[in-house]
Amino acid sequence: MPTSFPEDSVGLVTPQSIRFSEPLALACGRSLAEYELVYETYGELNAARSNAVLICHALSGHHHAAGYHSPDDRKPGWWDSCIGPDKPIDTRKFFVVSLNNLGGCNGSTGPSSTNPATGKSYGADFPVVTVEDWVHSQARLADALGIQQWAAVVGGSLGGMQALQWTISYPERVRHCLAIASAPKLSAQNIAFNEVARQAILSDPEFHGGHFQEKGVIPKRGLMLARMVGHITYLSDDAMGEKFGRGLKSDKLNYDFHSVEFQVESYLRYQGEEFSGRFDANTYLLMTKALDYFDPAAAHDGDLAKTLSAAKADFCVMSFTTDWRFSPQRSREIVDALLAARKNVCYLEIDAPQGHDAFLMPIPRYLQAFGSYMNRILV
Amino acid sequence: MRADLDIIQDWIPTGSRVLDLGCGKGELLAWLRDHKQVSGYGLEIDADNIAECIAKGVNVIEQNLDEGLGNFADNSFDVVVMTQSLQALRYPDKVLAEMLRVGRQCIITFPNFGHWRCRWYLASKGRMPVSEFLPYTWYNTPNIHFCTFEDFERLCREMRVKVLDHLAVDREHRHNWASRLWPNLLGEIGIYRVSGPAASDLQIAV
Repeated sequence: MPTSFPEDSVGLVTPQSIRFSEPLALACGRSLAEYELVYETYGELNAARSNAVLICHALSGHHHAAGYHSPDDRKPGWWDSCIGPDKPIDTRKFFVVSLNNLGGCNGSTGPSSTNPATGKSYGADFPVVTVEDWVHSQARLADALGIQQWAAVVGGSLGGMQALQWTISYPERVRHCLAIASAPKLSAQNIAFNEVARQAILSDPEFHGGHFQEKGVIPKRGLMLARMVGHITYLSDDAMGEKFGRGLKSDKLNYDFHSVEFQVESYLRYQGEEFSGRFDANTYLLMTKALDYFDPAAAHDGDLAKTLSAAKADFCVMSFTTDWRFSPQRSREIVDALLAARKNVCYLEIDAPQGHDAFLMPIPRYLQAFGSYMNRILV
Repeated sequence: MRADLDIIQDWIPTGSRVLDLGCGKGELLAWLRDHKQVSGYGLEIDADNIAECIAKGVNVIEQNLDEGLGNFADNSFDVVVMTQSLQALRYPDKVLAEMLRVGRQCIITFPNFGHWRCRWYLASKGRMPVSEFLPYTWYNTPNIHFCTFEDFERLCREMRVKVLDHLAVDREHRHNWASRLWPNLLGEIGIYRVSGPAASDLQIAV
């Protein structure tokens, strides 16, 4: 087999799968009788089992965070810039676990899986899962892997929310929490964008109340629109201006509504098109709901400091200056609560033009700080 | 450790909670954590300094002092420290008031613009003083609010701030006969320990 992978890559990786048959009670009141989680691991678990790091993915993420599935892969996993030998999450030091969350569409049990009760795909019958539910399912994965305590739980965006939730739900089981480009809850504007995305899917005639799989169709248009709207919020105005400006596909305006005229239109359509071919519409609905519902402070009358007071972890919070989906202000809400709760915390506001997507990018200052923080974690 | 920090650490009680404004590379907080069981946070805006703090395991928060300390509760620290930053602030008086709100005591160090060398430079050349210690010219200096010891003490009186301790030292932070004799003329750096009017009766053993 050719070993043409970069030296700082974890190289070839193979997803694994694990089945849980003990029912999982969910926040919505329902429970999943059995479910499967697909995950990848990078690095080696040490003898003391003290070097495990959990990666939590964002809205459209999955278990394939680093390395390659085949030598022919064009692109590595989605967080390959941060996971690997000599990278911020150094796989020579840490044993990294990355999973696809429950309700996902990349191998873990979700709406497109077969419902054992009916023999048909769940579709719209899959229960709405929350960040808390995910954390409970991840804890079971940790149990199965023999990991009593994570050296760190790390995530960006919705992944950062899971990392935070870990410190609240299982304070004894997390030593460090890294919440990047995240927020303690969604704002009305965030929810509004999610609702537009959901309506795009729900109003697609091919959606069929969520049972499109049985009809052998997919609500491609709705998913595409949802992704297009989402994508606008991932980039900054500057980043879009820099990338596309008012550039045109051809040299003149067409004075019609059918042509793809501006470069930015072409880009968004491409992104939407590509996404609608690989993502499940019901999963998209679920993920946006999990985002909307996340509000751990609600249990303490909105007092986030009180909510986080039980946490035992040390925290590292990072934000990016041009992120307007989860702006630095949102990260500072987390930091201020941690300060009030007298927790150990580091906070960085990284100057970056890329908007929300910056957390996936190899930005030198970001990688350096991320690496420094991970480096000081004792295992 | 930097000489001024060595003097300051002596004024910080074991086991106290400290907020270090403009904490630099986190030297003071790391030392206090390792030797005096001190916990706390450093605020800093310089990226390289922040990276050093993280590497040292110091709690560092990227925060601009000119935006205030609104995210810290009243009296939430035993000591608030600010070394060599007062003169670079947009509103030194407001930050001083904030420091006294957040901490029971404050330790502040700043360069003395009333030092004889500054006075001589200005008197003889008629230009803003530039030295090895303060190497900037007037248009590019981050130090936009220079003051003398006399000025600072006057501000303290106006704000009813109680000066609990003060030392005048030279640029090597030596506390010699000259700076003792005539601090405002012969001291280069001032190190002040102050408390707010409400806390003036509070005593911390040093």
